[in-house]
Amino acid sequence: MAEPTQVFTSPHVLEYPYSRSTGPVIGSFLTALRDGVLIGIRGTGGIVIVPPTEYDPYTSEETSGIVEVGPGGVVTSWAWVADPLPQHPLQHPFAWALVQLDGADTAMLHALDAGSPEAVSTGMRVTASWKPAEERVGNIFDLRAFVPEEAK
Amino acid sequence: MSDQTYVTKDPRGPVTQLATPMRLDYLFTAGLSLSRNLRGYQRAEFVGQKCPVCGKVYVPSRGSCPVDGVALTEEVPLKNTGTVTTYCVVNVPFAGQSIKIPYICAQILLDGANLSFMGLIQECDVEDIHMGMRVEALWVDEADLVPSLASVKYFRPTGEPDADYETYREYL
Repeated sequence: MAEPTQVFTSPHVLEYPYSRSTGPVIGSFLTALRDGVLIGIRGTGGIVIVPPTEYDPYTSEETSGIVEVGPGGVVTSWAWVADPLPQHPLQHPFAWALVQLDGADTAMLHALDAGSPEAVSTGMRVTASWKPAEERVGNIFDLRAFVPEEAK
Repeated sequence: MSDQTYVTKDPRGPVTQLATPMRLDYLFTAGLSLSRNLRGYQRAEFVGQKCPVCGKVYVPSRGSCPVDGVALTEEVPLKNTGTVTTYCVVNVPFAGQSIKIPYICAQILLDGANLSFMGLIQECDVEDIHMGMRVEALWVDEADLVPSLASVKYFRPTGEPDADYETYREYL
């Protein structure tokens, strides 16, 4: 056996600067976020899908009719993040939450900035907390996070 | 207004593009075997490891023989010379390219090794590169030696007669 050798380590970064076309429907959702507005779209039977999709995920039929929803909603499920990762939207503990916005038939995933897991429960009322208008660019994080409604 | 479109009063108009950068941060740990190989580069030396069962010499070695599943303990210093088993002439510019095109990337089987690895060929016209060509490693200046393949400046033809096809046919 050869003599012990120092084991080398090296940081490696793999990064791709992707840019993608949004299409008209996701583009509308992002445009509305920039305006500080949440929208959905009508699917089969008039259900409101948020975020909007080009096709109804249940029937595959084309969707039609933009609908404004929220800004309040109800938490339908959540998971607490005690140690946020660098790429997470908040750098202090938060919850990933599924939020069914008022007027919507589906729930959307976003960060819930609630301080502690004791402050979060399924069924709680939350509302949108926006970035300042001048910082919004048409990205999901224009919606900074959801926050408990009573705190707003 | 189309039924599928939200209309904004924002002078920037509708959002049509979304930047979605993807980034993965790794901490690569070389392990004992590869670290010995990397340490060799700092001495301007190729270090392989020999399998005690099949006798094959791996460079760079990952510490075990993939055929026999045994640990490799015997270190084998290798010469600077080898044979081009196959190659590719790069003619396409791409982001981050540091070498002037056209240039040659070749799989090189070092003398005494049973595993080829990729190396840059220079001092060779792209018309002249071929399978079986004998090449040698040119190392960077001693002060610039580092524990990585960056210590190998490039490979260049030795001018020797080509290696016999049978000597490298297993390594294509």
